[in-house]
Amino acid sequence: MAIFRTCPDTGLKIHSQAEALIKANAVVGIVFLAIGGLFGIAVALTRWPAVHLLDPEWFYLVLTAHGVGVLLFWIIFFEMAILYFASAILLNSRLAVPKIAWGAFALMLAGAILTNIAIFQGDSSVMFTSYVPMKASPNFYLGLILFAVGALIGCFVFFATLVIAKNDKTYEGSVPLVTFGAITAAIIAVFTIASGAIILIPTWLWSLGFISYIDPLMYKIIWWGMGHSSQQINVSAQVAVWYAIAAMVLGAKPLSEKVSRSAFLLYILFLQLASAHHLLVEPGLSSEWKIFNTSYAMYLAVLGSMIHGFSVPGAIEAAQRRRGFTRGVFEWLRKAPWGNPAFSSLFISLVLFGFLGGITGVIMGTEQINLIMHNTLYVPGHFHGTVVAGTTLAFMGITYLVVPLIFRREIWMPRLARWQPYLFGLGAGGISLFMMGAGTLGVPRRHWDITFSDAPLSVDVPGTAFLMMGLNGVFAILAGLGGLAFIINIVGSVLIGKRRDKTVARTNPVVFDGGAAVAGYGAEGTMKVPGTVVLVATFFTAFVLYYYVNWKFLSEVWPLS
Amino acid sequence: MAIHPPADRLWWKEPLATSEVIWIAVAFLWGLVMFFTMIYWHFAGEQNLSSEAYKISPEKFAERTEAMAAKYKVREEGDTGVPVVRPPAGTDIYMFGRLWEWWPVLELEKDKTYRLHLSSLDWQHGFSLQPTNINLQIHPGYEMVVTLKPNKTGEFSVVCNEFCGVGHHTMVGRIYVVDAK
Ligand code: HEM
Ligand SMILES: [Cu+2]
Ligand SMILES: [Cu+2]
Repeated sequence: MAIFRTCPDTGLKIHSQAEALIKANAVVGIVFLAIGGLFGIAVALTRWPAVHLLDPEWFYLVLTAHGVGVLLFWIIFFEMAILYFASAILLNSRLAVPKIAWGAFALMLAGAILTNIAIFQGDSSVMFTSYVPMKASPNFYLGLILFAVGALIGCFVFFATLVIAKNDKTYEGSVPLVTFGAITAAIIAVFTIASGAIILIPTWLWSLGFISYIDPLMYKIIWWGMGHSSQQINVSAQVAVWYAIAAMVLGAKPLSEKVSRSAFLLYILFLQLASAHHLLVEPGLSSEWKIFNTSYAMYLAVLGSMIHGFSVPGAIEAAQRRRGFTRGVFEWLRKAPWGNPAFSSLFISLVLFGFLGGITGVIMGTEQINLIMHNTLYVPGHFHGTVVAGTTLAFMGITYLVVPLIFRREIWMPRLARWQPYLFGLGAGGISLFMMGAGTLGVPRRHWDITFSDAPLSVDVPGTAFLMMGLNGVFAILAGLGGLAFIINIVGSVLIGKRRDKTVARTNPVVFDGGAAVAGYGAEGTMKVPGTVVLVATFFTAFVLYYYVNWKFLSEVWPLS
Repeated sequence: MAIHPPADRLWWKEPLATSEVIWIAVAFLWGLVMFFTMIYWHFAGEQNLSSEAYKISPEKFAERTEAMAAKYKVREEGDTGVPVVRPPAGTDIYMFGRLWEWWPVLELEKDKTYRLHLSSLDWQHGFSLQPTNINLQIHPGYEMVVTLKPNKTGEFSVVCNEFCGVGHHTMVGRIYVVDAK
């Protein structure tokens, strides 16, 4: 028998097993974030020439552990929690098969631990991409395979829960937009994990000696079928989280259900082809193939993100205007709840994801421009704008709501929570920016020593590159402190935070109850959102200018054909 | 709210905000512009990567590179005595990456074109020509051919920017560009 409680904040029926699984997945995810973040700082401090913390063996080992630990384990465990939340909780339903969901969790955990053991045994410093013919120990791949199988099972539990909710009629009409976003993420996840299986299983067999050869180019094409589309899972989950936070904190609803849902659909339809943008300077691939695939059949998936980039701030603006913040173009933004860490996380994540992660990703994925960026520090700079300043910060933001709603604890140190998103956003924005700066100057990624002191020939690296690496180190420390503030506060809340009962829920609501003004559902189609228009116009101008600046940079390098 | 099912069950019939429609149109057109810019550059731009590539065994590639080096070597350089090779302008020239060096050093003439053949003898490497900032991915078993025209004189470094093991950061090579005689 499924056991339920009624949430004093939302009135939703909450299945105890779903709740327990959300807790377990979120907690393990956050533990991996803590460990992985620490590795990130160690890497950044090593790449700061004046500090040069680790020796080369440790540097490459820790960098491998950092990439795997945060990009896979932190993000995906947390996404499992989001899937269960968006299905069982938001749909008022029981979770389909809790036992199997626990099995999936155990498998993922076992896989994550196995891969980490392999890495720390020292013979698997191959980076998370593990490009063949570089070989890791078999357990490195096996751990990843187990982890992926666990995640796949989790996705099927999610789908099964949707079916149960539909059959039991636990909700009326269509699923909520946030659930729709989660469905997008889960569908892409299935595709992703299939690509992962196709490439990782043979690679595992190869590392065991059962297969003698894996073509390095073929490996990359399929590996990035997993590696790229998994980033699309992150984007879908992150956008769903943006909508969820805006809804919970402000009662916001999308300007148009139709537009926002279609934008999610574009992700499913067009992003799968984008693994090509990791292969723009590989030997032998034709320009037609690259152009078609990188422009995602004419940038239709980018279009999806650009639509959300309007729709999310638009939803916030519309909600704020309905509450009476109608003066001028920006009163709604000035009077937004900037002291609420969930809201500030959402907004900072939105802005940094767009300006730092989004624009640069499209530019780097341009066939010819990739020539001046491939494998430089520009690449990690770009994706610390997406997965760190964007996704990680958004997930931190929703954690501030999950703790009271699911863990039923008050935030332990509310003052710390108030400024944590700003500190982390500043740090993450900084590392993104300065790594890109260094990359523009040609500084390689995954590289222990840009003084080249052990190399047989000297290399002239410009002084500004050293400055960038120093600044990167400083902002890495800020990001680290921001991350620490998050972890300590969340762990503290879960362990010793004040329990949240009915009375607390009434005196300190975390979910907006704005009454009739904004609670009614329906299109905001008639609402004017001038502030959002200005924000988006600024974004677009920056995008176009920076795009052509990079063509200018390209035109100055040696002609080649 | 976005966390509840849409209250209007016929949500797909709701009208759209004008500003949102305009934005979608702008974003779509911008996608088209970016798409056509890539194609345009193939005709008007000077930096386009060729797709010319062949399958080749590492032994064979090493043999060809060594043959060129033996024929046109002008001096040796650095701690390892890597040969500096000056092949005639307009010819096919070779460089391979291996753990952990780019071999040999090339000396080229400014504003002359060369067909540069690149491959790896072991793992993947990243051919990163600095400070001009051209970055290519080099695979074992594949020979990539790019036609290059150095447009500045000076000393250029080839850094490895694909992680290739613990000596990765010591893997450098060099290309000199000199004025034509
Ligand atoms: C305190 C926070 C963090 C800091 C200071 C940090 C810093 C860094 C640095 C300096 C690099 C190395 C770049 C290079 O040498 O190539 C790196 C790589 C990377 N980081 Fe982070 N990072 C942080 C958090 C994160 C998070 C939260 C994620 C993912 C969600 C992430 C994902 C990655 C990935 C995937 C790589 C690439 C590893 C590779 O090249 O194999 N980082 N990070
Ligand atoms: Cu190398
Ligand atoms: Cu290397």
